[in-house]
Amino acid sequence: MSADQTQRATRCLVAKVGLDGHDRGAHVIARAFRDAGFEVIYSGLHRAPEEIVQAAVQEDVDVLGISILSGAHNTLVPKVIEGLRSYDAFEDTLILVGGIIPEEDTAELKELGVAEVFGPGTAIEDTVEFVREHAGPE
Amino acid sequence: MRVPSSMGSDTLTDENAELYEGVLAGDHSALARLITTIENRTPGYRHLLSALHDHTGDAAVVGVTGSPGAGKSTLVDKLTRQYRNNDETVGIIAVDPSSPYSGGSVLGDRIRMGSTAGDMEVFVRSMSARGRLGGLSMATADAVKALDAFGKDRIIVETVGAGQNEVDIVETAETVVVVVQPGSGDDVQLLKAGILEIGDIFVVNKADMDEAAGTVAELEAMVHMDETSGAGVLGGHHAPDNTEMDASSGVDDDAGDTEDGWTPPVIQTVATTGVGVDELRGALDAHRTHLADSAEGARRRQRRAETEIRRLLRSDLGELAEDVLECRGGVEALAESVAQRETDPYAVVDELVDPLETAVLDAVDAEE
Repeated sequence: MSADQTQRATRCLVAKVGLDGHDRGAHVIARAFRDAGFEVIYSGLHRAPEEIVQAAVQEDVDVLGISILSGAHNTLVPKVIEGLRSYDAFEDTLILVGGIIPEEDTAELKELGVAEVFGPGTAIEDTVEFVREHAGPE
Repeated sequence: MRVPSSMGSDTLTDENAELYEGVLAGDHSALARLITTIENRTPGYRHLLSALHDHTGDAAVVGVTGSPGAGKSTLVDKLTRQYRNNDETVGIIAVDPSSPYSGGSVLGDRIRMGSTAGDMEVFVRSMSARGRLGGLSMATADAVKALDAFGKDRIIVETVGAGQNEVDIVETAETVVVVVQPGSGDDVQLLKAGILEIGDIFVVNKADMDEAAGTVAELEAMVHMDETSGAGVLGGHHAPDNTEMDASSGVDDDAGDTEDGWTPPVIQTVATTGVGVDELRGALDAHRTHLADSAEGARRRQRRAETEIRRLLRSDLGELAEDVLECRGGVEALAESVAQRETDPYAVVDELVDPLETAVLDAVDAEE
């Protein structure tokens, strides 16, 4: 039997959770990730935390990028993380949050298990670099 | 000939054995990770598939193809909703192209599959081509196997119909649905698209558009042209040399029968509102019954197995070829001797392949 070549790709879920309808940022990130050679699954708008969990589990993503501009991150992000834990999918998923997150909340989100929070003004390359460093081929 | 026995589950690595047990036990995370293992071609994945193979063959596998924007995902979503109402579990593999430049991809089919979101009994997996030549169809067929072994009742493979790769993919299905949108050109365009040959069922989606009637009429004409000529444009799935009409009408289609007793129906749907989805579900069931009742089902199973063996063999031989080159000092040295006109490429390849051929023949002799 022959040893096939391994064909790994970094899989990312770019997710919009909750009621805010601003998806330009998510689109820009999705595109940048694609250009970086990642496989990007885009969730579409107005997703409930359970839907994000379902998609992240089924797609077995390496990276979950959550975009929130509504200010509801303190409610939504914990729900997503809790859901991932219940499917035993938290440990091997790199969780990123993007959007408008006040500084005092950032520490709290990181405490919960979010790897990094990217606010307005973050260079796209930094985000891609962060993913390259922390996710993908183990 | 000697039939090799399955590699069995006791050859699995600990990690893969865990995935295997998990999948058979109905663990969705295990299923997701197992598909990743298969997709990544992680060492040992072949053993995993070999062990799973025993548990497959029960699911109804449908391929859905059509041009971008025809409404495939929305249609699949509505169909899935109906299966769920019927308490059937569903697995979906959504294939999207990858960027030829970066190799990356944006897989967006999940967006349209909203009506069953949050329901874990619907397992949606997005796949991209990952730049593998011909390998996508293998990865798709393998993922179908995983869903089948998991115990999904219905499996749907959705793909953009534009080239041979996509045709290969839908051929892993037992029933192929071709989705067309109104105004997609005259019958010559449909012929050119080449996806007409593979359709068991045609769907004209967005049937509330003005041009719908014309598209339906054109499709109907092509389906029936095939019937009367016996070997027309729709001959792909049917025995091409059989021009006689089959007397045993197994289908409730009064329009007459093609060779295998199946006339592809043309169904009108409006996927966004769910109009016509009932009918599509009925046609899918009718085709499944038809395959079970006629010789066509067995014929397709046989052909799928043949295709699979050939594909695996080619892929492994391709890699073996690389190993052989490596053993003989690498392709550069050989190429140099050809470039310097010391020898010719035919003699080089002959010398590389000859020992392989002898070894295979000796092995066959030894068995007999």
